[in-house]
Amino acid sequence: MSEPVTALNGATYAGVARIAELPRRGMITIRGSQESAALVAAVGAASGGLDMPGPGEAVIAADRMLGWMSPDELLLMLPPAEVAGALAALAEGMAGEHYLAVEVTDARALFSISGEGAVAREVLARLAPVDLSPAAFGPGNFRRTRLAQVPAAFWMLEDGSFELMCFRSVAAYVFGLLCTAGEGDAVGHY
Amino acid sequence: MSTRLAAGGRLLDRAKPVHFTFNGKRFTGVEGDTLASALLANDQMLMGRSFKYHRPRGVVASGAEEPNALVGLGQGARFEPNQRATTTELFDGLTAQSQNHWPSLEFDIGAVNAKLSRFLPAGFYYKTFIAPRPFWKHVYEPIIRQSAGLGKAPKEGDADRYEHFYAFTDVLVIGGGVAGLTAALAAAQSGAQVMVLEQTAHWGGRAPVDGGTVAGQEVSAHVDALVAELSGMDNVRLRLRCMGSGVYDHGYVLGYERLTDHQPEAGGPRHRLWRIRAKQVVTATGAIERPLSFAGNDIPGVMLASAVRDYVVNWAISPGDRTVVVTNNDDAYRTAIALKQAGLEVAAIVDPRPEAGGALTQQARDLGIRVEQGRAVAKVMGAKRVTGVAICPHAGEGAALETIDCDAVAMSGGWSPVVHLWSHCGGKLIWDEAQAHFRPDAERAPTGHDGLPFVTVAGSANGEMGLASGLADACAAGLKAAAAAGFDGTATAPEAEAPEEAPLLPVWLMPQGAGPALRMKAWLDFQNDVKVSDVQLAAQEGFESVEHAKRYTTLGMATDQGKLSNINGLAVLSQSLNTTIPQVGTTTFRPPYTPISMGAIAGEARGETFQPLRRTPMHGWHEKAGAYWEPVGHWRRPYCYPRDGETHAQAVEREINQTRKAVGLLDASTLGKIVVKGPDAGKFLDMLYTNMMSTLKPGRCRYGLMCSENGFLMDDGVVARWDEDTFLCHTTTGGAERIHAHMEEWLQTEWWDWKVYVANVTEQYAQIAVVGPRAREVLEQLGATGMDSQTFPFMAWEDRTVAGIGARIYRISFSGELSYEIAVPASQGLALWEALHKAGAGHGVMAYGTEALHVMRAEKGFIMIGDETDGTVIPQDLGLGWAISKKKTDYLGKRAQQRTHMTDPTRWKLVGLETVDGSVLPDGAYAVADGTNANGQVATQGRVTSTYHSPTLGRGIAMGLVLHGPDRMGEVIEFGKVDGSRVAARIVDPVFFDKDGEKQNV
Repeated sequence: MSEPVTALNGATYAGVARIAELPRRGMITIRGSQESAALVAAVGAASGGLDMPGPGEAVIAADRMLGWMSPDELLLMLPPAEVAGALAALAEGMAGEHYLAVEVTDARALFSISGEGAVAREVLARLAPVDLSPAAFGPGNFRRTRLAQVPAAFWMLEDGSFELMCFRSVAAYVFGLLCTAGEGDAVGHY
Repeated sequence: MSTRLAAGGRLLDRAKPVHFTFNGKRFTGVEGDTLASALLANDQMLMGRSFKYHRPRGVVASGAEEPNALVGLGQGARFEPNQRATTTELFDGLTAQSQNHWPSLEFDIGAVNAKLSRFLPAGFYYKTFIAPRPFWKHVYEPIIRQSAGLGKAPKEGDADRYEHFYAFTDVLVIGGGVAGLTAALAAAQSGAQVMVLEQTAHWGGRAPVDGGTVAGQEVSAHVDALVAELSGMDNVRLRLRCMGSGVYDHGYVLGYERLTDHQPEAGGPRHRLWRIRAKQVVTATGAIERPLSFAGNDIPGVMLASAVRDYVVNWAISPGDRTVVVTNNDDAYRTAIALKQAGLEVAAIVDPRPEAGGALTQQARDLGIRVEQGRAVAKVMGAKRVTGVAICPHAGEGAALETIDCDAVAMSGGWSPVVHLWSHCGGKLIWDEAQAHFRPDAERAPTGHDGLPFVTVAGSANGEMGLASGLADACAAGLKAAAAAGFDGTATAPEAEAPEEAPLLPVWLMPQGAGPALRMKAWLDFQNDVKVSDVQLAAQEGFESVEHAKRYTTLGMATDQGKLSNINGLAVLSQSLNTTIPQVGTTTFRPPYTPISMGAIAGEARGETFQPLRRTPMHGWHEKAGAYWEPVGHWRRPYCYPRDGETHAQAVEREINQTRKAVGLLDASTLGKIVVKGPDAGKFLDMLYTNMMSTLKPGRCRYGLMCSENGFLMDDGVVARWDEDTFLCHTTTGGAERIHAHMEEWLQTEWWDWKVYVANVTEQYAQIAVVGPRAREVLEQLGATGMDSQTFPFMAWEDRTVAGIGARIYRISFSGELSYEIAVPASQGLALWEALHKAGAGHGVMAYGTEALHVMRAEKGFIMIGDETDGTVIPQDLGLGWAISKKKTDYLGKRAQQRTHMTDPTRWKLVGLETVDGSVLPDGAYAVADGTNANGQVATQGRVTSTYHSPTLGRGIAMGLVLHGPDRMGEVIEFGKVDGSRVAARIVDPVFFDKDGEKQNV
């Protein structure tokens, strides 16, 4: 096994906004009925005890996160070393149940977006058709959407910065978008 | 002449001079000027030439509706044509060029068209240049293009940056005049989030110029107070220089913000396109004054009365020493009064109303202004500048009673509400007889997803022309919009006072009985040179629909989209048709309200981010290796890797020979990979693929075809069964997203009760094909064990460790060679790729590209989606009957494939083709047959779908669809070439190489 390589080798950009490609994180796509007690229990076991997120939300802990992707899809993020264990825990908890769990760690690229005041909000509002006003989008909110011409999802952390994921193949395009939108010039909308 | 007045100028800062050039000549204005006001201050009344007749034209308006004063602005990479001088804020260093003139603005050769104008009526081009047909393209059009057209296209790439911004609000108010601000305050006080867009750089709209008092103070002071109050509210966002461009379905509105047009060196994006979702929209877009149609109404110096007033009050411009005001309403008397108060002479007010006048008329009389009632302008004298007007009775045919010397004419034909934004999304209009204009019909507002109105109109945009009634209307509109957005509140409009006005007299032609000579000089559309006579001619020639008349005459089709000409034009049309104006109706109002920049529409989509470019984990390696790229969907795949001095053909040949003789590597990461899991997964795949997938054993792979419900082949690929419940479906490179969506659609809409989940894991894996007789040795060298055919046969998959990396290996072949496709996590892809290169070095391993892949698959007779298929081809056409299960009761496309057209024995079928002379057939060439078809064209009997030079066989090989092809083996048919010659090819088996599969099965 070689040292795993991310799409952009940790590229960074500092304009008015700060953009950085984040290190790899373990990711598992989980599909199943969120009504199912078995799934809730299995996901709890696999995630190390995270609660189920509501629609448009993510439950975020120190090194892991559970994001709401659709009524029958969740995204579990956790340290890469724990992926195999989590998949096993899901398989055990869901034995005999209908579900799907598949690793997507390397299918994605991750970015952080931060800046003073409303800078990070404005970077995303230039690219995604999402209401990023403080009233509508705060820490713990998670949104699956598009960024200009590609699919993406982002969520807000407690400190007001954002993390964003997109498909690995378009990492350079998304980094380019974020840098352009992060060049500066406050809109002053929020 | 026009000059700057010694005092006044509401918007000016005279302490700050601003230098600019117009047609290369240096001028000076002051801060606060528009380009139009600065040119007028320098006596540059002549600002352009008209479109068709190249008539000299001066500025006629003071805002967005300006049809004449269009300039090319800036230079080089910042040049932009067709910019309105009236909405261009002056800045230091501005350069402007007038348009549509040659050789100069003062002396223009094209003006000869004006002398010929009686021979160039509406429809002239259609009638004259219709025959002979080829002449249009080769002779007429090039010449007409030279003499017509407005601005020139920029020649360089745009130096500026643009951006989009998505915003959401409860109430969006479009228009920052006194009505818009009043509506915004009412809505904001109700608790709604409010956004206000104003297209100019100033709040208050016309009110500060037109005057009146609100709550006991001057209206301008009231505007300041309103802005101060709104600025202090947390739930209000105010945007100047931001035009409401279009209103679309579901409360979607585009705003066009011009950030640095007035300060190009400021940095940052030049324009910002606001993409707004509003629960409710209030259009407070004001009204536009109409010109009057009299002879010579386009001569420089004839302006709208409101514009004259704006220039005097806002920019301290004297449009001329002596002005004649001609008006059918009281409002224009304000212009006469403003001129008089600025110390200028008003030669007369010409008013066609037999007896007029409310308080403003009286005030004008009291100021000593001569008021001529029941009179009209027979014609305006002058060429490049007004020199006087001839006065006549309005009721007559234009016999002049007297001539009044003057150097400016201020005209007013009444006011039309700006209904554009109301109308964009389906708001309907009603004809207001008393005010002679169309105004929004509140009963028929644009409606949203719930069938309820989402647009409310406020103030003069609603036909409420008075200050007091306008404010009351705006206040009510703000409350209504807030309530519809879920915020109930109360507010009352402040008391307002303005002079009472007497009713106007609708005047569509002046004088009423003007004869042909006058009508030919009475302009309706200044920009497109459409006159009263043209519209009348159109009616006479049977163009009864307003939409047809518009296109025939080009009325309202210029860059101003008929903001001044629309109502006047359709009034003339209705009179010519002897019907009423509402009967004729309006043309359609479409966004944008005024043209917006291409850059703003593109936003971030330019340069590197013009389009997403998808890269595999090995993309950088390919780039360094000098790959020649082929776009496949949004991916870039190496077509071949040319080495020093090689042509692409040579590179492809080298790559194929190496692979066939030893070993080659292909980056196959772009192939789609979709996981399908669940107890019903097998049943699901049996429906999606034409062949049986549910019988596939875990650990094995099977090639499958996917058809649309119409039976046509849409994708193919290898399916691997991972375990009892789980399959991995490989799709084509371009098919991954499409097929994933196809699966989801069937699962969500038709088979929602089937227990199947799918996930697109295409990008999780880097996939590398190791291909060639030495492939096994290379993998064994990297530590892979158990690779022998016994343990790991063809069409099986196994998990192995290769170069220390956990991999899933599929033993499948698209080349006919011994071949392994190795899937590893994308983060390990480059490492494996490099390890394979190192391990294979002894065998001369090299990467091969998509063209080598294509040639090798063609040598084996494998079809390619997109080459052998084009959306009209079914598997049966391609000899793929073996991949269609006879056992299954159903699969998508089965029924369609039983239709008579699909079972027709004359459908062209796939065969191999070998040229008799060994040459390569042209791609897409048709096989000729005897005789001709119904169109007199040579009959055909087939076509080439794939064609290559095969290095393995040393000759051209091709596949094609041919009539009765499989029954005609050995027959020689001819294919047409582009140069008219023909090439003979023999029909052969499509498998050219290793038909028994000995190489792949070793």
